Amino acid sequence: MNAITENKPAVAPPKTKSRRRFPTELSIFLVLIGIGLVFEVFGWIVRDQSFLMNSQRLVLMILQVSVIGLLAIGVTQVIITTGIDLSSGSVLALSAMIAASLAQTSDFTRAVFPSLTDLPVWIPVLAGLGVGLLAGAINGSIIAITGIPPFIATLGMMVSARGLARYYTEGQPVSMLSDSYTAIGHGAMPVIIFLVVALIFHIALRYTKYGKYTYAIGGNMQAARTSGINVKRHLIIVYSIAGLLAGLAGVVASARAATGQAGMGMSYELDAIAAAVIGGTSLAGGVGRITGTVIGALILGVMASGFTFVGVDAYIQDIIKGLIIVVAVVIDQYRNKRKLKR
Amino acid sequence: MLASATVSSTSTMAPAPAALPQEVPYLLEVVNVSKGFPGVVALDDVQLRVRPGSVLALMGENGAGKSTLMKIIAGIYQPDSGELRLRGKPVTFAGPLAALQAGIAMIHQELNLMPHMNIAENIWIGREQLNALHMIDHREMFRCTAQLLERLRINLDPQELVGNLSIAERQMVEIAKAVSYNSDILIMDEPTSAITDKEVAHLFSIIADLKSQGKGIIYITHKMNEVFSIADEVAVFRDGAYIGLQRADSMDGDSLISMMVGRELNQLFPVRENPLGELLLSVRDLSLDGVFKGVSFDLHAGEIMGIAGLMGSGRTNIAETIFGITPSSGGEIQLDGLPVRITSPNMAIEKGFALLTEDRKLTGLFPCLSVLENMEMAILPHYAGNGFIQQKALRALCEDMCKKLRVKTPSLEQCIDTLSGGNQQKALLARWLMTNPRVLILDEPTRGIDVGAKVEIYRLISFLASEGMAVIMISSELPEVLGMSDRVMVMHEGELMGTLDRSEATQERIMQLASGITAIH
Repeated sequence: MNAITENKPAVAPPKTKSRRRFPTELSIFLVLIGIGLVFEVFGWIVRDQSFLMNSQRLVLMILQVSVIGLLAIGVTQVIITTGIDLSSGSVLALSAMIAASLAQTSDFTRAVFPSLTDLPVWIPVLAGLGVGLLAGAINGSIIAITGIPPFIATLGMMVSARGLARYYTEGQPVSMLSDSYTAIGHGAMPVIIFLVVALIFHIALRYTKYGKYTYAIGGNMQAARTSGINVKRHLIIVYSIAGLLAGLAGVVASARAATGQAGMGMSYELDAIAAAVIGGTSLAGGVGRITGTVIGALILGVMASGFTFVGVDAYIQDIIKGLIIVVAVVIDQYRNKRKLKR
Repeated sequence: MLASATVSSTSTMAPAPAALPQEVPYLLEVVNVSKGFPGVVALDDVQLRVRPGSVLALMGENGAGKSTLMKIIAGIYQPDSGELRLRGKPVTFAGPLAALQAGIAMIHQELNLMPHMNIAENIWIGREQLNALHMIDHREMFRCTAQLLERLRINLDPQELVGNLSIAERQMVEIAKAVSYNSDILIMDEPTSAITDKEVAHLFSIIADLKSQGKGIIYITHKMNEVFSIADEVAVFRDGAYIGLQRADSMDGDSLISMMVGRELNQLFPVRENPLGELLLSVRDLSLDGVFKGVSFDLHAGEIMGIAGLMGSGRTNIAETIFGITPSSGGEIQLDGLPVRITSPNMAIEKGFALLTEDRKLTGLFPCLSVLENMEMAILPHYAGNGFIQQKALRALCEDMCKKLRVKTPSLEQCIDTLSGGNQQKALLARWLMTNPRVLILDEPTRGIDVGAKVEIYRLISFLASEGMAVIMISSELPEVLGMSDRVMVMHEGELMGTLDRSEATQERIMQLASGITAIH
C-alpha cells in the first residue's frame, strides 16, 4: 500500500481538541455521593443520627436494590438496541410463582403439586430461569419477526404474564419453601448474585462480539445490517437475556421473601427503566453502560431508604422520585448536546 | 477546473436575450449571491432573474447548487452575501413564511404532505378557513379545495386521505397547494421525477395557464425534453457557479449539455495501466420487481466499472441487490463461474463482496460509536471466535488501516461524529477493506467530501484495482465516472440503457443514455 501513502496529505487534521477523558459514570457517581451526603446532613438535623454510618441500613438498601438491579441490567441492554422492556416486573412475578411452586416442602399439606415436593433446589431455579428466558424469547421473536414496536410487544407480555401468574394458583400465594431454596435469598446472596451478573454483562457489553453488535444495532440498525450483522437474531438474544434476568430476579425475590406471590414486582419494570436512564442509558439507543445502571439503581435505593429515614411521606417520596428521573434525563441530554457541539 | 469552465462557457454563450421588451421589470432578481456551508462553497457569486409570464428552467448536475439557490429564494437559507430583489426592491426573508407572504411558493423535491390528513387539510394547513366561532370551517375548506382542484383539472376528492393517493397524485396535490398561495413566483424542484407522461402533460398545461396569468416559474429538471417543451429561458449552474442564461429556442440538446458539463478532466484522476485479470463476477438478467430489470454485466479482476444514471434510475438498487440487502427477484449472479444466491449482507461479505453505501449517515455510520468500533464492525466475526474480541490484534489492524488510508483522527477512541466527512468516509472504506473483498462496490464514494479527500479516495481505488480487486463505482458525478472507470454502465428508470467503453464514453453520450433519449442494446 506504499503507493498511496507517498502523496502529500491533502486533508488538514480535523480540529477536535483531545479533551480529558472522564469516565461517563463519574458524574452520576458524584450525584450518588451527593444524595447520600444530603441525607447524612438531614439525618443529623432531623433524627440526630448518621445515615451512612449505619451498616444495617446500607445492607438492607443494597438488598432491596439487587432485585430491581437485575431487571435493570436486562433492560439496559434492551434500551441500548433502541428497544424497551415493560414486561420485566410481570415476568419476575410469573417466574417467582412457578419456581416457588416447585420448591415447597413435603410437610406442607396444601402444596400446589403435592407429588412434587422436596425437589432438589436446582429444579425450581431452572424452572424460574426457563420461564423468564421463554418470556424474553417470545418478546424478542415478536419484535424481530413482526416488526411491531417493542413498547407494544412487551406491554402485551406485561399484562399476560401478570395474568398467568395470578391464574397459576388462582391468586393464592405459594409458601412453605424448602430451606435450600430460601438460602438463595438469605444474607448477602442477592447482592452477590446482582454484582456477579453485573460484572458478567459489563464484560459482555465491552469485550465481546455480543456487546459490539448490541451497540451497533442501537446506533444504526441499517448500517448494522449492511455490516453483516444478523439483526433479527441478535434482537431475539438481547430480549431473551432480559427475560432470563427477570426470571433470575423472580427466583431471588421469592427465595428472599420465602413465598411466591402474583403481585410481586409490581411496577418494578418502571424502576428498572428509571435506573438505566438515570445511569446514562439513552432511550435513543446506542449508548449505555452497566456501571451506570448499577449506580442508577443505587441512587433509587439511597433515595427510598433516605426518605424513609428522614421521615418523608411515601406519597411525597414518589413525587420527588419522578422529578429526579426527569431532571436526570434533561441534564444528560444537555450534556450530550454540548459534547456534540465541541 | 473552474478556469477551463469559463473558457468553454464564454464560447458557447450568446449575449443576453434581447427579444423581450426591456420595460417589463423582472419579478425576481438574484444578485451576486454566495452561500457556504462548513467546508464547502455551495454557491459562488451567482445571478438569476425571472420575468413575469415566463418559465425559467434551471439545469446543472447534482451538487451544482440549484437546490441551494432555490432554498435561498424560498427563505429556507439566508445568503452569506449578495441580495434578492423582488420587483426591483431588495428583500430579505427571515424564513419560508416570509417568502410565502412575499409571493414565492416552492414545490419541494421531497413530498411534504401529511398522509393521515385529507387533501383539503393538507392544502390549507396553517391557514385554515375559520367560522365566526374561530373553529375550522370544514365545509368552506372543502368548497375552496374543490374549486381549486377543478380549476387545475385535477380529478380528486378534497376529503380523500393523502395516504390513499398514489405518488403521482400526491405530487399533483403538492402542485395544487403551491398554486393555492396565489404566488407570483412558483419554484418547482424536479416536479416530474415521480409522475407519468400523462400527468406531465397535465402539469405542463397548468404551467401554461399560470404563465398566461403573468406568473414567473422557476423549473428545475434533469430532463432535456422537458426543458425544450416548456422553458422560455434556461439558466445553467455548475459547481456552485452561475454559467449563463440563454433563450431556450436558441439552443439544442448538445449545446445545453456542453454548457452543463463544461469542465475538463484534469489531473484529479490517476492514470492506470491495468491488464484485466480473469472474469470474476458475471450478472445475468438481474431484476428486482418494480425497481429494475434486465441488468447483465461481466466484471474482471482489476477492473473498475462505473454505473451512471440519474437519481432513482436504479443504480443504488443494483448494488443493494448484489449485496443481499434486497435479494433479487430474478436473474443470476455468478462468482468465479459458479452461481451464487445471496440473500443477506452477511452472505455477501462471506463471498468477498463489500458495499460502501450511498448515504453515509443513514446506512454507514454508527454515530455514537468510536472510530475503532466503526471500523471493526464488518470484520468482527473473524476476531471474536470464542465471543471475546481479540482487542489487541484488531486494534493493531485498525491502526495500520488508519495509517494506510490516512484517516485523520486524534485517536481511535474518538467518537466518529467529530471527524470530517472525508475522514468518516475513509474510516468506512477501511471497514470494508479490512474484510479483504474481491468485489468492492462503492456507491457515491465521494459525496459530500472535499476535493483533497476525493483525490485520495481516487488514488486508493486505482491502487486497489491494480492489486486485482474488482470495483463497481456508482456516481452522480460524470467526470468522476469517466475519469475512473474502464467501462460505464448507464441506467435510466430501472433499465440498462447501454455500456460504454472508456474510449467511447463521453459526458454527452452518458447524458443521452441517462436521460433516456437513446439506448444501445
